[in-house]
Amino acid sequence: MKTLFISLKIFLFFTILTGIIYPLIVTGIVQLAFPAKANGSLVIINNQIKGSELIGQKFDSLIYFTSRPSSVSYNPLPSGGSNLGLTSSKLKHSVDSLRCGFIGLNQLDSLSVVPAEMVFASASGLDPHISPQAAYLQVKRIVKARNLNPGQKSQLEKIINSSVQYPQYGLLGESCINVLSLNLELDRIFNTNSHLN
Amino acid sequence: MTTQDYLQILLFFAVLVGLTPILGNFMFKVFTGKNHLMKPVFGWLEGLTYKFSGIDPEKETTWKSYTFDLLIFNFTGFVFVFLIQLFQSQLPLNPANLPNVSWHSALNTSVSFMTNTNWQGYSGETTLSYFVQMIGLTVQNFVSAATGIAVLLALIRGLARKTIDTIGNFWTDLTRSTLYILLPLSILFAIVLAGQGVVQNFKSYETFHTLEGATQVIPMGPAASQIAIKQLGTNGGGFFNANSAHPFENPTPFSNFLEMLAILLIPAALTFTYGKMVGSVRHGWTIFKAMLILLVLGLSISLYAEYSSNPIFGNLPLMEGKETRFGITNSVLWATSTSAASNGSVIAMHDSLSPLAGMVAMINIMLGEIIFGGVGAGLYGIIIFVILTVFIAGLMVGRTPEYLGKKIQKFEVQMAIIAVLAPNIVILLFAAWASVSSQGLSGLNNSGPHGLSEILYAYASAAGNNGSAFAGLNVNTVFYNLTLGIGMLIGRFGIILPVMAIAGSMARKKVTPSSTGTFHTDNWLFIGLLIAVIVIVGGLTHFPALSLGPVVEHLLMNKGITF
Repeated sequence: MKTLFISLKIFLFFTILTGIIYPLIVTGIVQLAFPAKANGSLVIINNQIKGSELIGQKFDSLIYFTSRPSSVSYNPLPSGGSNLGLTSSKLKHSVDSLRCGFIGLNQLDSLSVVPAEMVFASASGLDPHISPQAAYLQVKRIVKARNLNPGQKSQLEKIINSSVQYPQYGLLGESCINVLSLNLELDRIFNTNSHLN
Repeated sequence: MTTQDYLQILLFFAVLVGLTPILGNFMFKVFTGKNHLMKPVFGWLEGLTYKFSGIDPEKETTWKSYTFDLLIFNFTGFVFVFLIQLFQSQLPLNPANLPNVSWHSALNTSVSFMTNTNWQGYSGETTLSYFVQMIGLTVQNFVSAATGIAVLLALIRGLARKTIDTIGNFWTDLTRSTLYILLPLSILFAIVLAGQGVVQNFKSYETFHTLEGATQVIPMGPAASQIAIKQLGTNGGGFFNANSAHPFENPTPFSNFLEMLAILLIPAALTFTYGKMVGSVRHGWTIFKAMLILLVLGLSISLYAEYSSNPIFGNLPLMEGKETRFGITNSVLWATSTSAASNGSVIAMHDSLSPLAGMVAMINIMLGEIIFGGVGAGLYGIIIFVILTVFIAGLMVGRTPEYLGKKIQKFEVQMAIIAVLAPNIVILLFAAWASVSSQGLSGLNNSGPHGLSEILYAYASAAGNNGSAFAGLNVNTVFYNLTLGIGMLIGRFGIILPVMAIAGSMARKKVTPSSTGTFHTDNWLFIGLLIAVIVIVGGLTHFPALSLGPVVEHLLMNKGITF
C-alpha cells in the first residue's frame, strides 16, 4: 500500500512538472522568442492567411508550379505517405502515370528525365518543396499560361534562382525550392489574381 | 552518393563520438551523487519531489522491492493514460473536439507509451487532444525513459558492488534521471526546435483558403516540447501521424540533424557512464565500439540498397515516402539510427524503403535493440549479450566465466536466456499467427512478400519496444491492438525482470581479483566475440522469416516482378 501511495504522489508530481509546467515554460519562451515560427510559420497577406510556409499546397492551375504528388492530397488531417513497397504494382502504375502527366503538362520531350520527387509521393504528404530541376522543367508551361514575354521569362528564371534553398550551413540536407513561396512570388511580380484558375 | 552525403554522415558520427564522454561523464556525476552542473539549478526540485511523495532517498532496497516499485509506478501511468483517452471529450484542451478513443486503441497506446515503445495505431492530429498528448503522453515520454535508466543503474550497482543485498532506490533513480538529464536537455532542445519552425502553441487548428482557393486545415499544438523528449528518450511517438517527416515536427535539415543526434545521444553516452561506474572506461568504449560497428554495417547495406538501381524503376532515385529537404542519405541514416536505438520516429516511410534497407531496420530491432538501443534499455540489453559472450568464451577455454571479477553461474545464464528469448518468441509466434489469420491479413497494404514484411516488422517493433512501422499495415483493430499490446509488455518486462534478477544475484557475489587467466572484456577479441554472439543468436532466430519476406522481395524486385 505504501508503495502505491508513493507511486501515485510521485506520478502526480511528475505529471504536473513534465506534463504541465514543462510545456508551458517552453511555450512561454518560444512565444516570446520566435512567435511566428511557434505558431506555424503562417503566410499572411493583406490580413489573410494564405497558408503555412512549411505545409505544402496542391497546385492544379497551369499558372503555378506544381507540388509533389501527395497520398493525402495535401489534406493535413491526417498526414502520411502511400506506404507502398517497391514491388507494389500500384506504385509502379502510379509512377508511370505521374511521369506521363508531368511530361504532358509541361510539354516536355517524351524522353525527358522527370525528377524523382515529382513521381514519388512524399512521406508526410505535405512536403512543401521540390527540387530546382523540377521547377526549371515547368518554366515553359508557366510562361505560356501566363502569357509572359521573353523579358518576363528571364525574370521568372531569376525568381527561381533566388528561391533555391541550398543545403543548410552549406552541408545539411538537399537543395530545394519552396513551392508556395515561389508561387506567391510569381503572383506578386506578375500581378496575378490569386483565384485565376 | 556525393561528397556532401559522406560529409553529413561523417559529421553525424563525429559529433556523436565527441558528445559521448561529455554527457557520459555528466551522467556519471549525477548517478553517483557527486556535484554537477544541474544540482544548483534543479537540486531544490529533487528535494521537493521526495518531500511531496514521502520518499526517503537514503533508503536502499533489494532487487525485489526495486522491481516492485518500478512495476507499480509503471502501472499507475498506464491506468492514467488509459483513462484520459477514454474520456478525452469531457476533458479540457480539445479544440478540435476529438471524440473519445476506442477501448482497444486506448489500451494499446497506454501500454505503448508506458513501455517506451511509442507504437502508434492512431494518427495524433485526428485522434488525441492536446490534453492527452501533453498531460498523458509527454509525461510517459519522460518517465518511461527514466525507468529504462533506473533498471540500468540497478544492474550497474549489482555488477559494481560486492556481497550486498541492496541495489539502490528506484524512486531516486527515477527522479534524478528525469530532473537532471531528461528535463534540462528537453527544455534546451524544444526551444531550438521551435526556433527552426516546430509548432508550440495551444491554438485551434488553423483553417484557411489556399492560393488556389481550396480549404486547408492545419493542426497546431504543443509539439516542440513533446518532440524534444520523444527524440531524447528514445520514445519516438510522433505528435503528428507522419512523425518527424511532418514539416511541423521536423522543418529543416538542421532540426533533422539535431533530432537524429538526439536519438542516439543518451544511449551512446550511457556506455561511457557505464564504463566509469564499473571502474573501466575502456570497457565502456569497448561496448560503444561494438555497437558502432553494427550500426555502420547496417547503414552501409542500407545506403547500398537505396542507391542501387532496379529493373522496376531503373535509375530513378527512390524518393517514395521521403521528403525533398532531407533526401535519401538523411532518410537512410535516420532509418538506421531509429531502428537501432529503439526510438521508432521516422522521416521516411519504412514501408516504402527498398527491401534490403527495410530489412536492415528490421534486423536492428530483431537483434534485441542493443545497437545503442533504448535509453538504459539498450545497454542492459547488450550486457545480457556480454554475459552470454563471457559464458561461451569460458566454455571454450574451460574456465569458470567471470565478468568484472564476478563469477557468471547457472542462474545468470538462465536469466540471460529468458531475456533473449522473450521478445523473439513474441515476434515469431505472433507474426506467424497474424499471417495465417483473417484478422491479421485484412490489415495488409501490400501483397506478395512485402505483406509478410509488414506483419513481421509490426511484431518486431512491438517486441523490441521500437515503435516504428511498415505503416501501411492497418493496425487500429482489436486483433492488432491487443496482440501488439501484449507483445510490447512481454518485450519490455520479459527483459526487465530477468535483468533485475541478475542485478540482485550479482550484487551478492564476491569479487575475485583478476589473474593471468582472466578473460579480458576490453579488447578487440572481445568485440569480435560479442558481435558474433549477437549476430548468430539474432541470425539463427530470424533468418528463415526474413528470407521469406525482404530477402525474397529483393530477389523478385531484381527480376522486375511486382505484385
